[in-house]
Amino acid sequence: MARTISSSSSRASDALFVHRDTPYNNSSIPFSFTPENMKKAEEIISHYPPQYKKAAIIPLLDLGQRQNKGWTSISVMNYVAKLVEVPPMRVYEVATFYTMFNREPIGQNFVQVCTTTPCMLRGAYDILETVQSHLGGIHVGDTTKDGKFTLVEVECLGACSNAPMMAVNDDFYEDLTPETTKKVLDVFAKGSIPKPGPQSGRQTSENSAGLTALTSKPYGPGEHCTPEFQ
Amino acid sequence: MLRIVSTTGASTPVKTCAQRVAQGVTTASNSRLRLGKLCHAVDTKNYTTLTVFTPTASGCRSFTSSASRRAAPDITLTVDGKEVTVPAGSALIQACEAAGSPIPRMCLVEVARSPKPVASCAMPAMPGAVVFTNTPLVHEAREGVMEFLLANHPLDCPICDQGGECDLQDQSMRYGSDRTRFHEIAGKRAVENKDLGPLVKTVMNRCIQCTRCVRFANEVAGVEELGTTGRGNYMQIGMYVEKVMDSELSGNIVDLCPVGALTSKPYAFHARPWELKNTESVDVMDAVGSNIRIDSRGTTVMRIQPRTNDDVNEEWISDKTRYSYDGLRFQRLDTPLIKQGDRFVPATWEEALEAVATGLKSSGAKGDEIKAIAGQHADTESLVALKDLVNRLGSDNLGLDSARNGAAPFHGVDIRSNYLFNSTIPGLDEADVILVVGTNPRHEAAVMNSRIRRSWIHTGLEVGLIGEKVDTAYGYEHLGEGAQAVLDFVAGKGEFAKKFNGAKKPMIIVGSAVAEHADGGATFKALSKFVQANKAKMLTPEWNGFNVLQRAASHAAAYDIGFVPSAKAAATQPKFVYLLGADEVEPSSLPRDAFVVYQGHHGDLGAQLADVVLPGFAYTEKGSTWVNTEGRTQLGRGAVSAPGASREDWKIIRAISEFAGNPLPYDDILALRDRMWEISPSLIRYGVTERTSPEVALAGLAPLGTKTKDVAVSGAAFKKPISNFYQTDPISRASVTMAQCTRSFVQGKDFGMSGSDKASQASFA
Repeated sequence: MARTISSSSSRASDALFVHRDTPYNNSSIPFSFTPENMKKAEEIISHYPPQYKKAAIIPLLDLGQRQNKGWTSISVMNYVAKLVEVPPMRVYEVATFYTMFNREPIGQNFVQVCTTTPCMLRGAYDILETVQSHLGGIHVGDTTKDGKFTLVEVECLGACSNAPMMAVNDDFYEDLTPETTKKVLDVFAKGSIPKPGPQSGRQTSENSAGLTALTSKPYGPGEHCTPEFQ
Repeated sequence: MLRIVSTTGASTPVKTCAQRVAQGVTTASNSRLRLGKLCHAVDTKNYTTLTVFTPTASGCRSFTSSASRRAAPDITLTVDGKEVTVPAGSALIQACEAAGSPIPRMCLVEVARSPKPVASCAMPAMPGAVVFTNTPLVHEAREGVMEFLLANHPLDCPICDQGGECDLQDQSMRYGSDRTRFHEIAGKRAVENKDLGPLVKTVMNRCIQCTRCVRFANEVAGVEELGTTGRGNYMQIGMYVEKVMDSELSGNIVDLCPVGALTSKPYAFHARPWELKNTESVDVMDAVGSNIRIDSRGTTVMRIQPRTNDDVNEEWISDKTRYSYDGLRFQRLDTPLIKQGDRFVPATWEEALEAVATGLKSSGAKGDEIKAIAGQHADTESLVALKDLVNRLGSDNLGLDSARNGAAPFHGVDIRSNYLFNSTIPGLDEADVILVVGTNPRHEAAVMNSRIRRSWIHTGLEVGLIGEKVDTAYGYEHLGEGAQAVLDFVAGKGEFAKKFNGAKKPMIIVGSAVAEHADGGATFKALSKFVQANKAKMLTPEWNGFNVLQRAASHAAAYDIGFVPSAKAAATQPKFVYLLGADEVEPSSLPRDAFVVYQGHHGDLGAQLADVVLPGFAYTEKGSTWVNTEGRTQLGRGAVSAPGASREDWKIIRAISEFAGNPLPYDDILALRDRMWEISPSLIRYGVTERTSPEVALAGLAPLGTKTKDVAVSGAAFKKPISNFYQTDPISRASVTMAQCTRSFVQGKDFGMSGSDKASQASFA
């Protein structure tokens, strides 16, 4: 083995942008849509003109990812390419470009903690640390040993008014504190699904200190009008 | 032999793509990659309609483009104080170029009353705009972009093969800063190298993500496996899965790459561009006549690169053209050899020539018993000299090595348009329906095939194919395997025949192998009748839609000078056989007792059969004339000297004529070319094609249509003549690079070349 002269470490992103055949991810593993998903796929493809079938690549990859336990294997990509009649590379390009396509297997629950500025200012790193320690000291990108959780750090998911937040699978858990975070994770660990939304008890993103405007009774028709309109 | 060389008189100048664009005619050259600039000028023409394609049976077009364009008035603006007028819809960069202000890849310019520098490649030119390309703001902007380009580019120019001919190097010298601000502790981006096969070496750290290679692969070469994966800083070029780049045009991405990310594997670490002598010449690996530049150092050809000629190869060449040059070093014949028993013994030229003369006498060959067979690399000069010599000795027995036992081809050679690619290569851009018979253009004329692909992508071109099913890099309708399908087509049966009859500029391409096939007579008869019946469209003064695609560099010239046997001669058993570079010859077709002379540059099949071997020059060593499949005469030039005692081919034949007691009447190349002019003036009119007039073309086709001999249909399939693109002639068969290509692309094996290469690359890159 030759020693390399250059000493700088390579800076890789958290995902590899080339495919490596593994026993669990190679193109000889068969994949095809279930009859229900096939119906959905046909519906998606029908939204686009026949010569622009390739416009359906993203929704079809999402459908495939859902069917394939939350991750997009090379077989899923090849299958989608065949379905929309494009060279497989066109699908690989899409799947590697979008970070929400997981190209490695994930646990049953996919925990995505937001650490973008508004969440960070509201203590997102505390939440991240809580998740890491509560799930047995795993790191970002890891899956727990029991295969129940995968943790990733993500950029803004668009729930800034309820920061800090994390998304588990398709649901948002907002207004988190380290305590409520643990509670949410415990419920998932037991196999059930906690109530999504703010964990602080407030209604959606209303002011947590109570309303400061529009507090008086709304006036009805005719009120404040001259007598002939009453 | 009677030669009718008739043209319309003055040769019509062939329009260049640029002229066609200027006339507002849509050509696909709009989409051609712009070599000069990384920043791709966006063709923002006034597109009116969007062509919608319906996928054909065998493939679907992945690109769509607009077909027609409205003529728009010109606009006037000022660039660097100069007023220029450009067509409306031009990009700013085109206006700057028109004003003589070159724009580098960092295409930012200053526009008056614009607060920021403007990207000239993306900005349409506006009437009255005042543009500056040489102000402090522009300089600063360019330096800034350059800094970003270099941020992740390794500083390994001393060990980089692109060094000295690198766009990035040149531009950073001219526009870049003289000092660095790069202090990233984590270092530069590191990308792993890709294995693209034995031809293209990758050093992906150097890649600046211009995606030219991706666009070339997808749009020109038809390799749709190359693309970009990842995003942002982590974007990389590759195939995602591990795969080699299987294309006969893959070497062109080495030229396209503006940096040293893609370089030539066989040429790696061999030479620097400033050490090389450049010689402009013509390729002979196929009959396209691609224009090449031979780069040599000392007596060695170091590499071969394309030379732009928009009428022939544009700016591309095939991998065989580019990489088979190492075959010029191996298996060379460098001294005359005389067979004694079962051994070849080196001899002096005097002894060898004496042996040939004695052999001719002792074989007792008289008249047609003297036979000459020419191979695919025979140059026109030596063909003329050999034909003159054989004729003087009283024989008419001349043939090509690929022909059926040296018989005359079915299409006849009395009229040029019977065996040439009459629509011309640029004519492929105009055709709207093409019928391909008995050929795989991808392997027989690789560069030309990319034009068909381009038309297929960008216009509504329909292609039909009769013959073996092959991957042509574009979709086609498969009409059948053999001559029966041709008869059906001519009878108007089937969907494709209807499309063909409705076409404006229909084109038939008949492969040269059909002329050698048992059903060739029937095929040419049917097609000749078809062309005559549809002459209103197929044969007009502007358009000749009947084409024969030659696959060997020598064949068009051989037919031009009448290097074919008379019927009587073809039936004669030869006693003396002269092989002029003939390596495809069937050994069993040569009688055992015949005296055989081989003249050529490689110890390939032909030399094994010989009694005397005379070493000649390869195409890189001689200045000689080549006629391509269109009938375009081009002059090749010698780049290096030939090894050992080898001699220029026509001179060898001239010397033999002396020894045979019948000296040829030319002593120098000028006198020989005068003789060529006598035979056919087109042989010394360089660089142009001469159209055959419709009347003469019809006169040529008529005898084919009334033929009664040899027109039975056996029904045998047309087999493709080239099964291994990489090894078709003595040079490519001697080439190590081509052998590696055969292993990895044709046989699909990885013989560890790329693996060992990986290890050695890791130690320095």
